[in-house]
Amino acid sequence: MCLAIPAQVILMNENQMAEVDIHGVTRTVSLSMTPEAEVGSWVLIHAGFSIQVVDEEFAAESWELIKQIEWDDGDMAEVGADATEVGV
Amino acid sequence: MADLLSAWRDPELAKHLVELIAEAADRPMKIMEVCGTHTVAIARFGLREVMPPNVTLISGPGCPVCVTANRDIDFAIEIGRLPNVVITTFGDMMKVPGSYSSLSREKADGRDIRIIYSPLDALKIAETEPEKQVVFMGVGFETTIPTIAVTIKEAKKRGLTNFSVLSVHKTVPKALEALINDPEVQIDGFILPGHVSTIIGPEPYRFLATQYHVPGVATGFEPIDVLQGVWMLARQIKEGRAEIEVAYRRGVNADGNPTARALIEEVFEPSDSDWRGIGVIPGTGLAIRAEFADFDAAKRFDVTPPVPKDIPGCKCGSVLRGVILPFECKLFGKGCTPEHPIGPCMVSSEGSCAAYYRYTDYGR
Ligand code: SF4
Repeated sequence: MCLAIPAQVILMNENQMAEVDIHGVTRTVSLSMTPEAEVGSWVLIHAGFSIQVVDEEFAAESWELIKQIEWDDGDMAEVGADATEVGV
Repeated sequence: MADLLSAWRDPELAKHLVELIAEAADRPMKIMEVCGTHTVAIARFGLREVMPPNVTLISGPGCPVCVTANRDIDFAIEIGRLPNVVITTFGDMMKVPGSYSSLSREKADGRDIRIIYSPLDALKIAETEPEKQVVFMGVGFETTIPTIAVTIKEAKKRGLTNFSVLSVHKTVPKALEALINDPEVQIDGFILPGHVSTIIGPEPYRFLATQYHVPGVATGFEPIDVLQGVWMLARQIKEGRAEIEVAYRRGVNADGNPTARALIEEVFEPSDSDWRGIGVIPGTGLAIRAEFADFDAAKRFDVTPPVPKDIPGCKCGSVLRGVILPFECKLFGKGCTPEHPIGPCMVSSEGSCAAYYRYTDYGR
């Protein structure tokens, strides 16, 4: 339940909220746990929150793995389409 | 196995790591992967099968919905039966059985139970439906807990009077201590959860090494990451060392995420928590602090759930402690499959039973 998905910050909103791009899907997330994130930063997203700023290479690798693992079953496909996450 | 090789980012490096593990594993070693996502990665890529004979990988208690005790699920269900209440929760929680029902069965029976993606979504529901009491069933480890802390702070800031959280959150390090102290369980090293460690960093695990001489390695979710983690553990065990190391430097800072930890600290205080299969472990739960008591569903709703009971035949509790492997449960693959799950370890997509069933031949 705790796997986090990589995303890139594309727009800062008010109240520590931001728009992020998750593999072509735009989502609004909270940056309250990573106040240092800025437009262009790569972050790990979990339950609508950015939990860590990461580098781009890492983000790309993580995404590949998430695709491999989660696209396999029904629940996970839903999870992926919704760009949410699982894992610890 | 064909899958395994094509899935590895670098099969040569993977092979080399397996050789290194075999070299280091000069005695039988039981290594527990704590995290459900690791369990899925290990099963998916067949890593358990390529381990040398001396290395046994066992799955642990790292699927948050699996370790949620029946009585906590029963409590949420009872609140959901009150008039005008909306229960919100993550999708994984829906099908997990309590003693007599599950949230999805309650929904089918007409209760207002909604799956949300982020706890902030529950706030939105509370704002747009002020006549309802919106309760978020908060399940999860350190990765998830700060998101709930922010949500509770936000509810207070917005002055919401119809939002509360049922906190059944759990923290990981002391649960590992309970497993070490369990005479039925033998663990020579822990593969520590990657994203829990992103928040807490390696420090909170240190006592496992210093007090109990059990090493741990925090690692990521790539097959190569997992193999590297196992190799680092095998090396420590061979050399008689016990340290907490990080093989996931890209995702785990030395200090974790201090902002996230400060948020947890502000809203929650340590409490006892009941873990399925393990029992009550002091200090592994998180109660909402008095300052935020208005948002504590356990205080707001006076309900008395029936006496909890176990699911007949389900050995999920022993699976979560690493005492048995999923296929050692008589129901595995017989009465219990992902399509017709009996226990939480088969319900959850990252439960050990589900991971074994989906990706291995056991039980067929
Ligand atoms: S196979 Fe099913 S019944 Fe057996 S332990 Fe796993 S979840 Fe429980």
